[in-house]
Amino acid sequence: VKLKPGIKKIVRKLDSRGILQSIASKNDPESALSKLKELGLDAYFLFPEISWNAKSVSIKHIQEHLNIGIDSIFFIDDQPFERDEVRHEHPQVRCLDASKYKTLLGHRGLNPRFVSSDSRRRRLMYLEDNKRKAEEKEYRGPKKEFLRTLGITFSISQATVQDLQRAEELMVRTNQLNTTGIVYSYDQLKKYLDSTTHKLLVAEMKDKYGLFGKIGLALIKITKEAWHIRLFLMSCRVMTYGVGTVFLTYILRRARSEGKRVRIDFKETGTNRMMLVTLKFAAFREAGTDRRGVRVFENNLDTIQNIPPYIKVKIHGIRPKNKRIRPKPSCP
Amino acid sequence: MEFAPKIKEFVQSHLVLNDEGRVIRDDDQIFEQGYVDSLFALQLVDFMEKEFGIQIDEKDLDLANFSSVGRMTEFLKRKKGMESD
Repeated sequence: VKLKPGIKKIVRKLDSRGILQSIASKNDPESALSKLKELGLDAYFLFPEISWNAKSVSIKHIQEHLNIGIDSIFFIDDQPFERDEVRHEHPQVRCLDASKYKTLLGHRGLNPRFVSSDSRRRRLMYLEDNKRKAEEKEYRGPKKEFLRTLGITFSISQATVQDLQRAEELMVRTNQLNTTGIVYSYDQLKKYLDSTTHKLLVAEMKDKYGLFGKIGLALIKITKEAWHIRLFLMSCRVMTYGVGTVFLTYILRRARSEGKRVRIDFKETGTNRMMLVTLKFAAFREAGTDRRGVRVFENNLDTIQNIPPYIKVKIHGIRPKNKRIRPKPSCP
Repeated sequence: MEFAPKIKEFVQSHLVLNDEGRVIRDDDQIFEQGYVDSLFALQLVDFMEKEFGIQIDEKDLDLANFSSVGRMTEFLKRKKGMESD
């Protein structure tokens, strides 16, 4: 087996742009993997599917492991049959003839406008995650105890100009836990940084294995009587750590401490049912529809979910309107 | 059909705050108390639809219907009753 000319460079370049790469191959797994190792490329491919399965099945497995939308997958193969088979099972997957591999770097979908430090680390984050999962599998005992061993720190802070590229990226990439799917541009967001009428908050998470980076975003309009959340999103990568509601809980408590109600915009995007369920289970109720056809939910703040005790919450530099608010201890 | 034991079993197996042998009670406020994680909500909806053969519409997605095992049982009874009419 010989590599096509220039392919190593392309693989490395895509990786540095934060594009995740994997393999769907019909081959003997052992010999294929050892060949990859020999070529020094094994570390670049996450969750390689090397088996005698149909490639559509391999693609499905890869998608599940990466926890990304099927429509964000680009399938490259030299066999027309394989491309057709994948296309037939997953019409949203884009396919490319492998002989055109030199066009890859110039492809629009593989050429993000910004590459933030978080996206550059994306592959490493998955590798860290593999370690976490392997250890969880080994762990004998209640899940809570395992989560406690992770030492999760969840930080919430006022966005700064350095966060804006990542913020834009999060808006584009986050589908499931996203209230509206609306993407604000870098410049639009920039205006909110020093605004007295809006707050732009970012959430970040880390544990003993490493950084998850910036994983949540909230744009909140502050009015006399309410905090109106115009946009709220959380990356799906952190959902299984029970942190999905931590950010929301912080916002709800903070608004309540200022004597305000909380409203939130919600717009169905076809992929954000999980967000709808999250809001409903966080006791939001529909309050109406605004002029743009966006639905508005309201929370009367009678019941706010607790923050799990294994998560340490840190609040940085959020402009105090009143006094500084600390999250309440989560178990009475 | 007895709904409560099946629901309880499902909830129990998804508890994040599973203190030594603690058994969930019908009136435990599972969301408010933070016993479950955020992914659970969607898994629960999915489970109830499949296990009990119902369709959970948006109007059913009210915390009041899901806040405890007891509430879920009542919700299911109402839902089943409505559908057999």
